[in-house]
Amino acid sequence: MKLLTHNILTSHVKGVTKGYPLLIKATEVRVNEVEFNPQFVSRMIPKLEWSALVQAAEGLLQLGHLQDLPSSLIQDYENNEEFLRKVHRVLLEVEVIEGCLQCPESGREFPISRGVPNMLLNEDDS
Amino acid sequence: MSSCRRPEHMAPPEVFYNEEEAKKYSQNSRMIEIQSQMSERAVELLNLPEDQPCFLLDVGCGSGLSGDYLSEEGHVWVGMDISTAMLDVALEREVEGDLILGDMGQGMPFRPGSFDGCISISALQWLCNADKKSHSPPKRLYTFFSTLYSSLARGARAVFQIYPENSEQLELITAQAMKAGFTGGMVVDYPNSSKAKKFFLCLFAGVSGVLPKGLGSETVDRGVSNQAQFTGQRSRFKNMKGKSVKKSKDWIMEKKERRRRQGKDVRADTKYTGRQRRPRF
Repeated sequence: MKLLTHNILTSHVKGVTKGYPLLIKATEVRVNEVEFNPQFVSRMIPKLEWSALVQAAEGLLQLGHLQDLPSSLIQDYENNEEFLRKVHRVLLEVEVIEGCLQCPESGREFPISRGVPNMLLNEDDS
Repeated sequence: MSSCRRPEHMAPPEVFYNEEEAKKYSQNSRMIEIQSQMSERAVELLNLPEDQPCFLLDVGCGSGLSGDYLSEEGHVWVGMDISTAMLDVALEREVEGDLILGDMGQGMPFRPGSFDGCISISALQWLCNADKKSHSPPKRLYTFFSTLYSSLARGARAVFQIYPENSEQLELITAQAMKAGFTGGMVVDYPNSSKAKKFFLCLFAGVSGVLPKGLGSETVDRGVSNQAQFTGQRSRFKNMKGKSVKKSKDWIMEKKERRRRQGKDVRADTKYTGRQRRPRF
């Protein structure tokens, strides 16, 4: 699971009103090279929940995937290639392979195996 | 009505798409070709802005055949499917999009306004079946459409290729989509052919566009067929009283036209057509 996907995923457990952002508990993280597309990254930046992305990146920092994103979005990022490359790396190249996602409100865990988060709900919480 | 040839009638999707069935989607070249043709058409119907990489959702992505086409076009996508076997095939094929295991009937777990568009190839009809006691198809369809509506950006489109079983099923699907706030309708490609006929449900979130025409169809879309059509042609009285008089010129012309439509060999119309011979002949 890429951090871009994590940034848009919310918990849809019944009765949860603020199931965002999901807490990442990663046990295995991998970095996959992906072709850099500055147009796509700069288009996605305004759509992102920046604080959630920084939080997710910091969480993975302990596992040795060094990401130093500024805590607030910088000005004029469209023309700052160095910044766009940094965001690209965090968004599309870092992948959580094993671990789980936890709903911040209900505490329900969604397991991630082989990079695929399992968002299936049980009968009682759908 | 229920035939055993429809996969929905055999087992729920997570059971039907087992390893054996999933393998077909990576090996059977005919299946691959049909799948990619349909995704190509679905992307065309999405009417995405040109030369711009978009962020798309593929519901029922399966082994990621439709996603491959999206990657080819330069888009970034997230795929969702209920079958682990199909997702395993997608992982083996190393598709570029991100995959999520999820049930569309439980709603889309995404933040509002995330996607620029959504495609789904042959997946929606699975929602019309109740596989568990707690399942209610209209409710699941509504949950799906309403959560999908919010996860799409304003002005985005969602295109679903479906194999509807009957007209009631189509009605059920479109009714729930409209209830969730979508506008749009059905586009039928090649409506006169039984094999090439394909149904695409085109839904617009927010700003509505013009519903595209189905391929190979001369007639207008269903959406406007119940309105009177205006033509510039003036109607003559001769056609107002039903059939023409037998052996008259009009009758002959109509008959020739009819036989031409049936693909029969018919002589061309000339100035002598329908004229009587001279009495001395």
